[in-house]
Amino acid sequence: MKVAVIDYKAGNVQSVLYALDRLGVEAELTFDHETIKKADKVIFPGVGQASATMANLKERGLDQLIPTLKQPVLAICVGMQLLCEHSEENDTPCLGIIPQKVKRFVPENNEKVPHTGWNKLNKVDGKLLSDDLLNEYCYFVHSYYVEKGDYTIGESHYTKPFSVALRKDNFWATQFHPEKSGDVGHQIIKNFLFEI
Amino acid sequence: MLTKRIIPCLDIKDGRTVKGVNFVNLRDAGDPVELGKAYSQNGADELVFLDITATHEKRKTVAALAKKIAKHLNIPFTIGGGIKTIEDADMVLNAGADKLAINSAAVRRPEVIDELANGFGSQFVVLAVDAKFNNGDWWVYLNGGRLATEIKLFDWVKEAQERGAGEILFTSMDHDGVKTGFANDALSKMSDLLSIPIIASGGAGKKEHFLDVFEKGKADAALAASIFHFKEVDIPDLKNYLAENNIPVRTTKK
Repeated sequence: MKVAVIDYKAGNVQSVLYALDRLGVEAELTFDHETIKKADKVIFPGVGQASATMANLKERGLDQLIPTLKQPVLAICVGMQLLCEHSEENDTPCLGIIPQKVKRFVPENNEKVPHTGWNKLNKVDGKLLSDDLLNEYCYFVHSYYVEKGDYTIGESHYTKPFSVALRKDNFWATQFHPEKSGDVGHQIIKNFLFEI
Repeated sequence: MLTKRIIPCLDIKDGRTVKGVNFVNLRDAGDPVELGKAYSQNGADELVFLDITATHEKRKTVAALAKKIAKHLNIPFTIGGGIKTIEDADMVLNAGADKLAINSAAVRRPEVIDELANGFGSQFVVLAVDAKFNNGDWWVYLNGGRLATEIKLFDWVKEAQERGAGEILFTSMDHDGVKTGFANDALSKMSDLLSIPIIASGGAGKKEHFLDVFEKGKADAALAASIFHFKEVDIPDLKNYLAENNIPVRTTKK
């Protein structure tokens, strides 16, 4: 299996590569369009700020490429947010693959923002988030979130219920960091690589 | 529900894990690669790596060692020590950091917080601060506690938040290594003052101290070193104890 990890100068790509390595999967970190197109699976990692990461994608023409991909794509954290239409973070137009908006958390009860730490999977889809992962914990660190909507395949709760995972066609996405979510996260990466 | 985090800290000097009392009298606490791996398999919620000699000896973080540790970690990894610039931040990211901790350099040039937050996102930037209580207030210290300043702790953390820090790692030098509990009054005051998460550090000696730091200190996470390294407190036991006392913590059946 060929796995391409999109290289756009942002994000904790090294953590994603180490996680794949621990699973015994060879992956290539690349921004070469042909290599990405030919891969069996594509991972779109993310740590970063929406407008800066969008600018990095554009610099490498990746904003044009990503929406045309046909193989399964897994977008992580800000990667998931960039799949949406628009982010409130610096008022940033995103890739528009998933018709959802990205909003900033508003504390209801003195909750801290960013939402940082391990939170529970209250709803799973039985596929990317397999049934055995219900009520398990994943690691989050983000100030912006996607509300529950038609493409939500997993939920957690912080100030309100929100989307921890999205799916539209071949695009899968998690708000949490599976590469940093212990054995639960490993299971999710395995589900993406081998069950989808 | 978001859980409270338990974070072991590896203080690194010359490639070994060390621990002191009130920031001095360092003693060896083992191989950092082995310790890191063991913690990630034993219920730790994050791991922090601080190169405590870095600022003092004007060295950069020991990137190669950090990389070795990161390879085995499936939990979040924060790297700190001697980080001054975007280039340093890139280096720790490439070593496998998920967050970086910046301390003295941010006090000397606060704009670096804005630069890091704009370049990498606030969630990447942990503002670490060492402070001591004297003359009725808390004061910031630099260079691993060796240099006093006239900067007030609460003014500084507020400014750091406004500049874009995503989290505060507050170490009370008065409590560090003494094992009599965390600086709960100062922590609680800081929590009320700020809207970003706070990691409490310095003073953990037994399980009850963790319950106190979450209840009285209102901390979002608690960091400790020697009691974990020397196996005085076992993380799964600690989490069971906290759960029994209605503190939300991560447990896993996997």
